[in-house]
Amino acid sequence: MESLVPAWLVPARSQSPTWKSPGSTRIAQHESTRVKRFKQLFGGTSLEESVEKSRGGAFSALRDLFRPGVKLDEDFWEELEDTFIMADVGPYLADELIERARESIAAARLEAAADAHGLVEELLVEQLPAQSDTLRRAEPLTVVLMVGVNGSGKTTMSAKLAHWLQEQGHSCMLAAADTFRAAAIDQLRVWAERVDVPLIAQQPGADPGAVVFDAVDSALARKASHLIVDTAGRLHTKSNLMDELRKVQRIAVSRVGADAIEALLVMDAITGQNVLNQARIFQDAVSLSGLIITKLDSTARGGSVFGIARELQLPIKFVGTGEQLNDMDEFDSTRFVRALLGEPATA
Amino acid sequence: MFETLSDRLQDVFQKLRGRGKLTEADVNAALREVRMALLEADVNFRVVRDFLKSLRERAIGAEVLESLTPGQQVVKIVHEELIRLLGEPAPLRLTGSPPHVIMLVGLQGSGKTTAAGKLALALRKQGQRCLLAAADIYRPAAIEQLETIGKQIDVPVHALGAKESPVRIAESAVERARQKRLSTVIIDTAGRLQIDEAMMEEIQEIAEAVSPQEVLLVADAMTGQEAVRVAQAFHERVPTTGLVLTKTDGDARGGAALSVRSVTGIPIRFMGSGEKIEPLEPFYPDRLASRILGMGDVLSLIERAEETIDAEQAADIEKKLRTATFTLEDFVEQLQQIKKMGSMGQILEMLPGMGQFMRNPAMAAALDEQQFARVEAMIYSMTPAERRNPGIIDGSRRRRIAAGSGTTPAEVNQLLHNFRQMQTVMKSLAKGKIPKNIMRMFG
Ligand SMILES: Nc1nc2c(ncn2[C@@H]2O[C@H](COP(=O)(O)OP(=O)(O)OP(=O)(O)O)[C@@H](O)[C@H]2O)c(=O)[nH]1
Ligand SMILES: [Mg+2]
Repeated sequence: MESLVPAWLVPARSQSPTWKSPGSTRIAQHESTRVKRFKQLFGGTSLEESVEKSRGGAFSALRDLFRPGVKLDEDFWEELEDTFIMADVGPYLADELIERARESIAAARLEAAADAHGLVEELLVEQLPAQSDTLRRAEPLTVVLMVGVNGSGKTTMSAKLAHWLQEQGHSCMLAAADTFRAAAIDQLRVWAERVDVPLIAQQPGADPGAVVFDAVDSALARKASHLIVDTAGRLHTKSNLMDELRKVQRIAVSRVGADAIEALLVMDAITGQNVLNQARIFQDAVSLSGLIITKLDSTARGGSVFGIARELQLPIKFVGTGEQLNDMDEFDSTRFVRALLGEPATA
Repeated sequence: MFETLSDRLQDVFQKLRGRGKLTEADVNAALREVRMALLEADVNFRVVRDFLKSLRERAIGAEVLESLTPGQQVVKIVHEELIRLLGEPAPLRLTGSPPHVIMLVGLQGSGKTTAAGKLALALRKQGQRCLLAAADIYRPAAIEQLETIGKQIDVPVHALGAKESPVRIAESAVERARQKRLSTVIIDTAGRLQIDEAMMEEIQEIAEAVSPQEVLLVADAMTGQEAVRVAQAFHERVPTTGLVLTKTDGDARGGAALSVRSVTGIPIRFMGSGEKIEPLEPFYPDRLASRILGMGDVLSLIERAEETIDAEQAADIEKKLRTATFTLEDFVEQLQQIKKMGSMGQILEMLPGMGQFMRNPAMAAALDEQQFARVEAMIYSMTPAERRNPGIIDGSRRRRIAAGSGTTPAEVNQLLHNFRQMQTVMKSLAKGKIPKNIMRMFG
């Protein structure tokens, strides 16, 4: 069986989550004796062992690319490029960023990697659109449309946003516009109960446009400040589903006006280069106002947003960092870039 | 965006026309294009590096050096190597006495629950009697989701609510299957991060408790560079036995599958496509290889067309595209159906050699969704004779068409110009000028 030497796998630094968040580990009982027996039976190795094994591998240097004593030589540039690519920045953009980093470092006449750190970080931060207000606030109601491909984290993020808004003293409501996926409404209902916000939902199979129409009515009647609409996951390549989403957006616009809509593309940090296609087509359908990157508690760095930021100038508004209500943050480009470059993600 | 590897290699090798001989630098330039193409397809960069090493030897071999079309030759070799690395499709190994146990594992949102339903349906169609076990007690309504799917496909679901432990749920599902003489238990586990120690122990414990014959890693076709580490970590914990690549109905190139295969050695077992619960699809190495290369693939064009158009019509379009007898009349007849299949760009992109054509800015503009309606209106305003033979459209006809469609004569002109260009490309396609080798590879 074809298998490449995995010595470079699981480098220590990349096994840490990109974005630490408070107490989100799920509880599971375990008996280590059972685990040990399993390993004897199946010959499995633990994660720690494999991390240990790979420490000496070729890859480990990446961990401290900017450590003192490292020269800005070809090896350095190659490793930096690898870092970008590994973070899903994409090969063409990575190339270009390396060129630009070389230029600015040459201009500053730097010789040590440790001194170059700041410049590289700055360069990456500059690539991201300036931070904007996290969420629009329109009178009397802001409608937040959560859109994205299947499984990206829309429903969970809808609940987190509702919770976040509530904590800030806003009154928020949820609308279950995913009437397609099995038990999607039940899922959002559980969250609505946990957050303790009203949920507007119809039957499975109902027209999502109609759900939104009704939900806006209720939100206006109850004087809610924000209505968060959880839409069904859809692949951007399905034009009929994109048309459906257009319709939902048009209905929302007709009720509250385009300036009161916040259309947020929810993307999973682990997504590779396909995300640019996604963003283009969702942008075309619902005029996105921003991005949300979820699952930054994973080892993925979410570097594919650089391509989106560059082409569509979309601000990144929030990040998801786990499965519980509090596992989210406002986006912070410096923190994001530091995590991408392998720094411990400190706030 | 639509630039494909074969187009780029074409450019690389075009430069050496006249010089005749390949140099080391030429090979490097070609390998660089291959590298970029694979990275854009989300193949892990370490996997790409190793791939290029083995490719280099063949790229400087006689088959390329002596070829009149070195660019195409390289594409062909890359394609062959990819097919080799992707491996053969391998059926599930459900041996020993029933009930057999299959466990689905993977990251959050990768599509396990849907895949569980599709797998159950595929097995049922083979005459197996399945039981689905709902072992995701964490995600809200995950159990209800599986129950709903079970009802849709008429397969029983074993659910004990969210209070029982996943290990217990799995064990009792197997017990129930044994009593009811069911043949296969499919365990849908919760999504988890490979670095979540407690959760990784949990799947280890489930595996230990029910000794699954198959542990399938479910991964999203859109996954980027991290796929290797995720796969590796899962594989070390529970020995995975196969990969299910989901959401392949999108336009992601799916390089993650190659990464996973390369680092774990596990076979790719199925492809999942679509949200509707339909049987999981078999994996075809040649198609996935073409997809990773973004070269387009006439086979899947036809297949996708079949979903929305009937087979006869699809074969007809495909033939017309190939033989360049595709007229404005065909164009308008197919507009609606093509729209149903996704954007025009995507359909055309699936045809080999179309990259060059798509990069033509005039054409790209005409294929823009927004301009689509205007194009449609213009064509609808033509007479059948004009659609068949746009050559007869003179000044006065142009004005009439413009008036009829609420456009301008200049726009009509532009449309005709674009269409002529499109036909030129199709003619060269039909003559096999650009992609002959590629076409043969699919033949
Ligand atoms: N680790 C982690 N998991 C997350 C995060 N956000 C969501 N998830 C998990 O990802 C899975 C999918 O999340 P959902 O919120 O259901 O995603 P969705 O986009 O609504 O999915 P569909 O509606 O099916 O398209 C669930 O298991 C969530 O618990 C995150 O930030 N980190
Ligand atoms: Mg959802």
